[in-house]
Amino acid sequence: MSTVFLALQTNEDTRPIIEAILQDNPSAVVDEQPAMVKINADGRLVVRRETIEELIGRDYDLQELQVNMITMSGNLDQTDDEITLFWKS
Amino acid sequence: MDMQVAKKKLGLKERYAVMTRGLDWTPSYQKMEDIYPYIAYEGIKIHDWDKWEDPFRLTMDAYWKYQAEKERKLYAIIDAFNQNNGHLNVTDARYVNTVKLFISGISPLEYVAHRGFAHAGRAFPGPGPRVACLMQSLDEIRHAQTQVHSISNYNKYYNGMHDFHHMHDRVWFLSVPKSFFDDAITAGPFEFMVSIGFSFEYVLTNLLFVPFVSGAAYNGDMGTMTFGFSAQSDEARHMTLGLEVIKFILEQDPANVPIVQRWIDKWTWRGYRVLTLVAMMMDYMLPKRTMSWKEAWEVYFEENGGALFKDLARYGITMPKCAEQIALEKDHLSHQAWSTFYNYAAAANFHTWMPDEDEMAWLSSKYPESFDKLYRPRYEFWREQAAKGNRFYNKTLPMLCQTCQIPMIFTEPGDATKICYREVDYKGDKYHFCSDHCKEIFEHEPEKYVQAWLPVHQIYQGNCFPEGTDPTVEGFDPLAAVLKYYNLEHGRDNLDFDISEDKKNFAEWRGQATKNI
Ligand SMILES: [Fe+2]
Ligand SMILES: [Fe+2]
Repeated sequence: MSTVFLALQTNEDTRPIIEAILQDNPSAVVDEQPAMVKINADGRLVVRRETIEELIGRDYDLQELQVNMITMSGNLDQTDDEITLFWKS
Repeated sequence: MDMQVAKKKLGLKERYAVMTRGLDWTPSYQKMEDIYPYIAYEGIKIHDWDKWEDPFRLTMDAYWKYQAEKERKLYAIIDAFNQNNGHLNVTDARYVNTVKLFISGISPLEYVAHRGFAHAGRAFPGPGPRVACLMQSLDEIRHAQTQVHSISNYNKYYNGMHDFHHMHDRVWFLSVPKSFFDDAITAGPFEFMVSIGFSFEYVLTNLLFVPFVSGAAYNGDMGTMTFGFSAQSDEARHMTLGLEVIKFILEQDPANVPIVQRWIDKWTWRGYRVLTLVAMMMDYMLPKRTMSWKEAWEVYFEENGGALFKDLARYGITMPKCAEQIALEKDHLSHQAWSTFYNYAAAANFHTWMPDEDEMAWLSSKYPESFDKLYRPRYEFWREQAAKGNRFYNKTLPMLCQTCQIPMIFTEPGDATKICYREVDYKGDKYHFCSDHCKEIFEHEPEKYVQAWLPVHQIYQGNCFPEGTDPTVEGFDPLAAVLKYYNLEHGRDNLDFDISEDKKNFAEWRGQATKNI
């Protein structure tokens, strides 16, 4: 499987999001770069709203992630509950 | 603390459908072909525009909300940066030359991208791509504006940025990025989307923005880092748009596949040639390096692009064939480019210099195959000459490639000791090319590329002197006249970094900031 990745700015908003991603994606690996956190995963990476809400203790709209995203790789699909990055082959 | 997320009556998918397709209508008293005149001539066949869906499902109301948040964050930091003389925190004054390259080479392209997406969005009959293009068009003008705002602070203190847009339209090497985008916006709407939306944004953007932005972060430039990240936060959406465009077109009709493949081949090469400027920035202009050009190419193109083209194989799309030549050039590209700019330092709006011993050691370790053998001896010779007072400034104008407009500086694939020349005879004239790929692009659309505004030809034709210049007078100095036309001041904006006002001022100001004088 090819690697998918999501890169986020390093800040207070993204800390719990990165934690949530690591909880939900066993294959995810964090690569910390200057002011940027890149999360690589094998073929598929899911960002789940519920996990984030549990960590931050409030309701969360996944579209808030627009503010802190830097770059990504893979096909994307977003619903109210999840953002999924994936390769089909 | 308790930021409330309003409970929405509709789910994301329904909201997206209502706010995009739901706002569209079918015209009754005008013909579709009259309203959308550019949609057929490129040969792309679309059967169902509703099959298009933005995977982020972003609607305009949400778009404004998040963009406003990005602006608030950005301007708070720009203010803090300016209030604290943030420019004095950069590693050393050589770094500022990357900012000059950015404002004169890249920011004007953001503005052209704004126009390009507005134009493409207007051309598409489908509401999905139209809304996505509208958002990207707004993003791009925001990028141009925030870059000009952020960098205006550097312009107060350093040379070469005072008339960036005027220079973008005139200075010889800036015709490389300028003609690249002009080429894209004068193509049809589908080709524009494949060229900028897919090839540039999806395949190559990580090689442009991530090096500049992390380079800024490594070198203490919080201002550039912040506008970079703010622009970059739109990039995930642009990349997604680029990939969706390709998938949508390919799924609509099998006859679209060869057309799209040709565009991908062409625009990957065109974009890569523009990235020559980024390659030399990464390897030579950042006092504190992030990664080498070669490493960046391997991570972001070979690995990441490899995954992408593997995924697109199910449509019959293959890796662009130029990737083979690019792999052969990766040990040489940045060195050949920096050598050229070192030579032409009298005619550019930024300073150049020779790497110091530590930097040479870094280059040797990153380029074990090529640096010590081919480039170090050259630099040592130039450094020796400069020490003797013979710093070389090349005043002979170079031959340019008709397609990419870069001087013919590149070597034969596989033989880095021989310059690569290609030529084509067309309607009685001879045209020159830096590579087989630029030659093939010309041969497919000669009527487009014969119109190229090549800076060297224009200078020789007398079109790049200030109005009223008489080149026939005794002692006429063509370079001086060209610099006036560029609005560059000789001895201040150009030449070697070592003798620059920037270097002197930075040392003085930093001294004032850290000592009680
Ligand atoms: Fe942009
Ligand atoms: Fe070329």
